Amino acid sequence: MVSRLIPVREAILAGAILVLLALVASRFAGFVAPANLANVFNDTAPLIILALGQMVVILTRCIDLSVAANLALTGMTVAMINVAMPGLPIPVIIAAAIALGAVMGAINGLLVWKLSIPPIVVTLGTMTIFRGTIFLISDGKWVNAHEMSAAFTGFPRAAFLGLPVLSWAAIATILVFGVMMARTPLGRSIFAVGGNPHAAVYAGIDVGRTQFLAFVISGALAGLTGYLWVARYAVAYVDIAGGFELEVVAACVIGGISIAGGIGSVGGAVLGAIFLGVVKNALPVVDISPFWQLAISGSAILIAVAFNARAGKARGRIILKSTVAPT
Amino acid sequence: MSDSTLQARPETRHVPDRLNSRAFRTLRSWESLLLAVAIAIFIVNSFASPYFLNVWNLSDATFNFTEKAMIAFAMALLIISGEIDLSVASIIALASTAMGLAVQYGAGTPELVVIGLAVGLLCGAFNAVFVTIMGLPSIVVTIGTMSLFRGISYIILGDDAFRGYPASFAWFGQGYIYWVFTVEMLFFVIIAVAFGVLLHKTNFGRAVYAIGNNPTGAMFSGIRVQKVKFILFLLTGLMSGAAAVFLTSRLGSTRPSIATGMELEVVTMVVLGGVNILGGSGSIPGVVIAAFVMGLVTFGLGLLNVPGIVMSIFIGLLLIGVIALPRLWTMAANRRRG
Repeated sequence: MVSRLIPVREAILAGAILVLLALVASRFAGFVAPANLANVFNDTAPLIILALGQMVVILTRCIDLSVAANLALTGMTVAMINVAMPGLPIPVIIAAAIALGAVMGAINGLLVWKLSIPPIVVTLGTMTIFRGTIFLISDGKWVNAHEMSAAFTGFPRAAFLGLPVLSWAAIATILVFGVMMARTPLGRSIFAVGGNPHAAVYAGIDVGRTQFLAFVISGALAGLTGYLWVARYAVAYVDIAGGFELEVVAACVIGGISIAGGIGSVGGAVLGAIFLGVVKNALPVVDISPFWQLAISGSAILIAVAFNARAGKARGRIILKSTVAPT
Repeated sequence: MSDSTLQARPETRHVPDRLNSRAFRTLRSWESLLLAVAIAIFIVNSFASPYFLNVWNLSDATFNFTEKAMIAFAMALLIISGEIDLSVASIIALASTAMGLAVQYGAGTPELVVIGLAVGLLCGAFNAVFVTIMGLPSIVVTIGTMSLFRGISYIILGDDAFRGYPASFAWFGQGYIYWVFTVEMLFFVIIAVAFGVLLHKTNFGRAVYAIGNNPTGAMFSGIRVQKVKFILFLLTGLMSGAAAVFLTSRLGSTRPSIATGMELEVVTMVVLGGVNILGGSGSIPGVVIAAFVMGLVTFGLGLLNVPGIVMSIFIGLLLIGVIALPRLWTMAANRRRG
């Protein structure tokens, strides 16, 4: 029954995005021009990549609040590597970013797996530790555009088949996740661990190890996004992507990924991210102050979680309820 | 030596376990460990900086934790009951913005206090409705309201600030009761005692523990689980409103970014105080000592010219360390035993 609900939920979300686009188009038709929609997608690409990473973590009944700090630390590190060694080829930089992000994810994962510390505590802690480390390595200084090499900043913006590399990175991540979640043992065990950890153990799945791998995946994607983010905006400083972890969690919740684990889909996470991306890009067009963004995403989380909970109700039964009822 | 081994071998002579006396248990408790840490930090600090052992400096240092601790007491009860509220810092922002707005319409000090507390209470009720009546997970709800409450502040203020609080309003955050004792310290003590009594000496407090250990069992024992949780969210909101009054009075201005990231420090304080993040156990004296530990650490580091963001690394390490170390200890002990 739940599996039948998921496509319905995604269709509702897709419908909401279309209604939103139609409303904006009625004020300003240029917003829905293909070139602008491609821009909106490109602008949302980092959120999509991070939301997919967050999705696997939430599916295993964990949460990763350190993604934005991980992104910022990796971004700062690769920017400083680029300044120190401008000749280093971009593939090496990307590999370094992914590896560094994965290591930070592994730290989260190990603390959750080996010491069974609640994920929210672990990632709240590592969030501040990673952020503080940026200050330590950079001394609070900025890495500016003129210090970075042209190849470093040019890569995410390079056009390929009409779309920038940043957009392709998001598309590639979506495709990889689509296959991974549906067709690999890891993807299925991620669902199994979140759906019913006890049953997962009896099915021969190592729950802690799966959660660890989910954190590594989320960290690696945060690392990749760290490079793309810093190169795209051509600046690195301590506070980049501050508070972005909330937007990432919001994208997942709006996309119908249950915070209790086990329920969610790749399409949902992507649509949740796109919903937030459309709102963000539409606000200036319809003359609403960007200061509304925070309150709108907060309301969207509350509405989405209330809506999704109604779909997933009626799990436990209260046996003695009839005696409580007044007669 | 557990009970089962005793039963399995009845010939084992019962030796009175002197290490299990009440005095020894108190000595070995989390609170006394924490107290030892606090004293150690105090001694290290007094050697590290010549400015540390100055009553006025120490008095100023209490501002590092008094406001956060007020929220931490309520949060401790909430976490013991198995819920969490990540929106507390945003409630401060919204309550402070409401007070700033009221000043523009000529509100006096009593009105400001009432408005601050009322907004806090309303925000707490808002969270409570989503969690207890609609049955949604508190972590998602309060991540949502964390954005929503601060978002409303941004809508009202943008990148502007409210100033012009009446002079008498400054008493809460800048006033002194006697010599070096601040008004905030007085309220800190009153609130600590009130929450200590509420948690450790009343039926309500026992219900909070019962809910945290087993919500279903608590329900079948006749505890109104949702009602208790509703009250706990109200209390957390109210305390956030109170913290907003003190913080706004101390700063004398309101920006929408006020108290950013404070929820992390409050949760750290509660966990450092020995409250189980999964619910069911913890104590108010523990949180009080944890408040002192955090205040002393930040004050000492500040005297040594350590920037705020580096201090946050220590807070993060502290948060993970205090949970990880006992678990590592147990794991090592188990390995040694075989």
